[in-house]
Amino acid sequence: MAISVDPPGTNRRQRQKLGFTYTFLSDPKAEVIRRYDLLHAGAGQKGADIARPAEFLIDSTGTIRWLNLTENIAVRARPEQVLKAFDEMEQTAAR
Amino acid sequence: MKQKWNWPIWVGLMIAVGGLFSYEFFVQFPVTRDFPWVNLLLFAAAGTFLAVGLVRAFGRPQLYHGKIFGSIFAVLSLCLFALFAYGVFYEVRQVPPSTSAPHVGQKAPEFTLPDQNDEPMALADLVSGAKAVVLIFYRGFW
Repeated sequence: MAISVDPPGTNRRQRQKLGFTYTFLSDPKAEVIRRYDLLHAGAGQKGADIARPAEFLIDSTGTIRWLNLTENIAVRARPEQVLKAFDEMEQTAAR
Repeated sequence: MKQKWNWPIWVGLMIAVGGLFSYEFFVQFPVTRDFPWVNLLLFAAAGTFLAVGLVRAFGRPQLYHGKIFGSIFAVLSLCLFALFAYGVFYEVRQVPPSTSAPHVGQKAPEFTLPDQNDEPMALADLVSGAKAVVLIFYRGFW
């Protein structure tokens, strides 16, 4: 699921336009973003506070099993990386 | 002696402009975004053409135009490259350290936020219904 400061209306529109099927959550005041210490103050349009990019893999107990905090906003986690982390998580559970 | 058109100077500038503005296209694909090698190649090509053009203009001024406008285009292209390099090597790395972000092994902080249909969604509900959840924080303003 994706989280940003964009409002539900924007998420609904873009989700349809881009054909995504997963959930988009809206955090317009960046409250959850702050709780996760992912705030990038003033980096959005017109100086808005936004999230810095980050990806988390959370297991069924709510525990974080993998995360990616990019040092370069142009470089994000690739699907293969997330799938690999997921596979490793499953293997650990199987033991 | 009739002067010949010093085309490398014009081509060089056009490629430099292309190198900058094509980034908007190449940024869509991780293979050309993670390290912008295509755009760098374009700037290298632009530099080569401009160099050839300037060598012609200064070396054989009776034959080729371009001492003045060639120099101007070269400086312009350098500025375009500087702008590009600043953006893709410096600006994109200005990311906060997020040292207090939750780490591996910790429980993901709980929250409830509206989804794309304005329905409140709790992390706990999403987690309990799945083998795993991938939480993607993105910059937004789409």
